[in-house]
Amino acid sequence: MARIRADHQLHHRRLSRNIGLGVMLILFVGLVYGLTIAKVGTDPNDDLGAPWASPQEERTQ
Amino acid sequence: MTDTTTIKQDRDAGFGDFVALLKPRVMSLVVFTALVGMLVAPGGINPFVGLVAIIFIAIGGGASGALNMWWDADIDARMRRTVKRPIPAGTVEPGEAMGLGIGLTLISVIMLFLATNWVAAGLLAFTIFFYVVIYTMWLKRWTPQNIVIGGAAGAFPPMIGWAAVTGDISLASILMFALTFAWTPPHFWSLALFVKSDYKDAGVPMLTVTHGRRVTRNHILGYTFVLAAVAVGLGLTSVGGPAYMAVAVIMNAWFIKGAVDIWRRTDADSDADSHLVERKFFKFSLLYLFVHFGMLLVEVTLTRFGMGGW
Repeated sequence: MARIRADHQLHHRRLSRNIGLGVMLILFVGLVYGLTIAKVGTDPNDDLGAPWASPQEERTQ
Repeated sequence: MTDTTTIKQDRDAGFGDFVALLKPRVMSLVVFTALVGMLVAPGGINPFVGLVAIIFIAIGGGASGALNMWWDADIDARMRRTVKRPIPAGTVEPGEAMGLGIGLTLISVIMLFLATNWVAAGLLAFTIFFYVVIYTMWLKRWTPQNIVIGGAAGAFPPMIGWAAVTGDISLASILMFALTFAWTPPHFWSLALFVKSDYKDAGVPMLTVTHGRRVTRNHILGYTFVLAAVAVGLGLTSVGGPAYMAVAVIMNAWFIKGAVDIWRRTDADSDADSHLVERKFFKFSLLYLFVHFGMLLVEVTLTRFGMGGW
């Protein structure tokens, strides 16, 4: 019976593809999360507020 | 029963083959010019939102590269420069390239819309449509002016970067588009004058082949005048200033001199010195675009410190 050689070059290429795609998906999740924080945290019209908004502006909300 | 399966060993793609489909070198130009467009635009953008916008503009550019390689696989297989691209090399199936291109198009346009606004996202979608449908599918194989059309697609990124910040289109952003647009023909045709290409064998009309090298020299001169007018005109807009203008005037005078030299030469002159003037002009054209966009960055930085702008 022939043994399956798992270290064939084909498997290396597949592994690189799978790891690459995994890394891309993790980065994508990170970007969407970061975007959410950036968007929600910088809207001067919401309660989370923009930290640099002046007290005057905040009072008028 | 046999339990051996034959798998063609060269056929399975690695991650790098899919990256190659996105034309990473073109992407770097897209990133640079989009970043300049974003940084010179009036108003500000949250740095992280700006980063996300640049990433998805680059991915959108990459998506159009993948769709271009899918459609042009037959041409690519017949030219020495492109025969090692993933599809002609046999590592990626044409259908995979198409799927990747369409998938990344949707992701990049939607993400750019969510991160910034519909003007920037719409411009990105139009750029991909223009490059893939208008240029690749329609005009590339039909007209020797294909370079001019293709150059337009490559010229959109600074407009997208600008729109990501402002949500609009303005004279300055149109002139940034026009700069790369008018730069592409002299840049590419000067290369065509000294590189022996196999476009003819692949059935792609090139000006040097269809109308001859004399006409190509005339075209280089004509477009260089247009380019100089655009470059100097850009210096008069809100993104220009004395520093940009000084560099632009010097570089464009030098570029026009080069174009006139190319125009005056005959092919015999050109062969005699192994196309020295054409080679120098081409090399200078690379520096030309980089310095012009670089000077816009310098100008905006000076302005932030109260020293630049008009």
